[in-house]
Amino acid sequence: MIEIKNLVVQIEDNRILNGLDLKVADGEVAAIMGPNGSGKSTLSYVIAGKEDYEVLDGEVLLDGENILEMDAAERAAAGVFLAFQYPLEIPGVGTMTFLKAALNAQRKARGEEPLSTPELIKRVNAAGEVLEIKRDFLKRALNVGFSGGEKKRMEILQMALLEPRFCILDETDSGLDIDALRIVSDGVNKLRDPGRSFLVITHYQRLLNHIVPDTVHVMSAGRIVKSGGKELALELEANGYADYRQLAAE
Amino acid sequence: MAEITQIRTAAETGLAALFERLKGGLPGDVAVREAALSGFATMGLPHRRVEEFKYTDLRALMRDAAHPAEAPSPDETTKAFAEAKAFAEIDAARLTFVNGHRAPHSSELPAGIEVVTMPDAMASGHPLLGFLNAVAIARGNPIYDLNTAFLADGVVIRVPAGLAVERPIHLRFLAAASAPFSTATRILVIVEEGASLTLLESHEGRDGVAYQPNDVIEFVVGDRAKVAHLRLNAEGSESLALSTVTAKLGAEVVFNSLNVVVGGAASRHQVFATFAGEGTNARIDGANMLKGRQHSDATLVVDHAVPHCTSREMFKSVLDDSSVGVFQGKIIVRPYAQKTDGAMKSNALLLGEGATMNNKPELEIFADDVVCGHGATCGALDADLLFYLKSRGLPQALAQSLLIQAFLGEAVESVEHEGARESLIGVIEGWLAARG
Repeated sequence: MIEIKNLVVQIEDNRILNGLDLKVADGEVAAIMGPNGSGKSTLSYVIAGKEDYEVLDGEVLLDGENILEMDAAERAAAGVFLAFQYPLEIPGVGTMTFLKAALNAQRKARGEEPLSTPELIKRVNAAGEVLEIKRDFLKRALNVGFSGGEKKRMEILQMALLEPRFCILDETDSGLDIDALRIVSDGVNKLRDPGRSFLVITHYQRLLNHIVPDTVHVMSAGRIVKSGGKELALELEANGYADYRQLAAE
Repeated sequence: MAEITQIRTAAETGLAALFERLKGGLPGDVAVREAALSGFATMGLPHRRVEEFKYTDLRALMRDAAHPAEAPSPDETTKAFAEAKAFAEIDAARLTFVNGHRAPHSSELPAGIEVVTMPDAMASGHPLLGFLNAVAIARGNPIYDLNTAFLADGVVIRVPAGLAVERPIHLRFLAAASAPFSTATRILVIVEEGASLTLLESHEGRDGVAYQPNDVIEFVVGDRAKVAHLRLNAEGSESLALSTVTAKLGAEVVFNSLNVVVGGAASRHQVFATFAGEGTNARIDGANMLKGRQHSDATLVVDHAVPHCTSREMFKSVLDDSSVGVFQGKIIVRPYAQKTDGAMKSNALLLGEGATMNNKPELEIFADDVVCGHGATCGALDADLLFYLKSRGLPQALAQSLLIQAFLGEAVESVEHEGARESLIGVIEGWLAARG
């Protein structure tokens, strides 16, 4: 269970989040929709632990523990995972090297034994199959020369491998064609689990046809201005965000 | 009329006195040595007002002229051998120098290769010595001249035409003395037409001893020959390490030279390469990993004297703490050297608050149909990449290490010999592990 209370965040004197409150229960898939500039990506970065942001107030509780006091690596080991909107290319770092380093760093932080290379390969291949990632890709440097869709699939592969408690998908649908959208969504749906919760950030209803949310929240000017069920997404698709911009301004 | 007396530093006076004392006992033609020393003496130790030494003030770095070490005792040699770690796991034919003196043969040399010791060659006026000082652009360089004047030991290696040497030759330089000393070694490598050779060169020494190695390796490479030269500077923490590579390259040659630096209080590595035949491809790379107050200088001059040659220079520097890196790269394209393709880059990663990188790329182009370029970058580790790695659970130090390794990897990846490549990756990992 993740609980965000009165989160106030700024970057270089610009207030981005303005007392944001949000709860995502275990097993729940929550979607956040909102216009450009409403603070959706900032929220995802602040939860994941990016250092450029100044948290002025509030807390982010993962199972009751305030993760804002941890650094990004500690948060990852505690079970936070952010699927990036723009996954980074890391020339010179082999994909398998990276996956092994990440998984074993998290296991170490949790006091678990490192995973053997054969077992790692087995797990990566299994996850790769679901996401239709060619094995050849795993031999390359991380994300280097990957298309937008391939990068997004690699993000979900990492998510599958790292088995986080709380997953944030930051506009995972951007840049995906219809087939890739289906593959990525299937990958995510396979990871749905009573012990795992999701925060799906998107502009479009389209993704939510594939990853059907339990709750939908509308974000505007750094706050959640309306919450509802999955039908709220359809309503937004039909009417746009104009009403909510108004709401945030009040 | 008042005479103008040039002020000499203690080291300069010491070098002159040392030469007078030693010259009678050194092999070969003393006139060659005297000419080299007088060439050196007109300018003295170069300082920062001498353009080529702007960032590496040798006059300030060399306070005293260190005396050459006595030949080590058999016990000292045995001990030095036992402590040698560089490239140790590679199956190679080894030639070892301890404190600048050639140690007795310890491994068999590949069949067909001719090896003559430098003192023997010089004493007998061996015809192969005609290949010494073959690269004109190196002449007059003060470090090279000092080596010529004091040259005390070394070997001449000849790989006959057509011979592909599978097993690398490993030249191992060990500094084992506990008091300051200097060395002046010269290796002459002649790789004849169509032959190929992998040459490993390692320099290791004790920490805390202010020794001054000055080593020169000269390559004369025949047409269609292939040479891979991998050099590791793991000198002791107080050493002032001077080194020079010269290369005269025939036609359709493949020549790769990589220098990896982790050691030395201060080091200067010079490369002078001349293209003497068309269709040749040369790569001159470097990887520097420095910490504390280490200073490392890579200075190279690549002389495209003939058309249709390609040169690539890539230097990677990782500078921690208050260390200082220097890259001076000059590509000369002579008037007739059309279709030259030259590209040079120097990338530095500044990890320490006080770290400094000095980049000075120079292109001197006198032909009009060429492709030449250079690029130099200095920067910190990419914060976004670090965040990406950390968001996957890698702690700060591990995330940094992975990115540093990736940064340096580009310089090491091109090493064809698998064992040597792994060995160098091990050096990088060792450096990162020591960093903590």
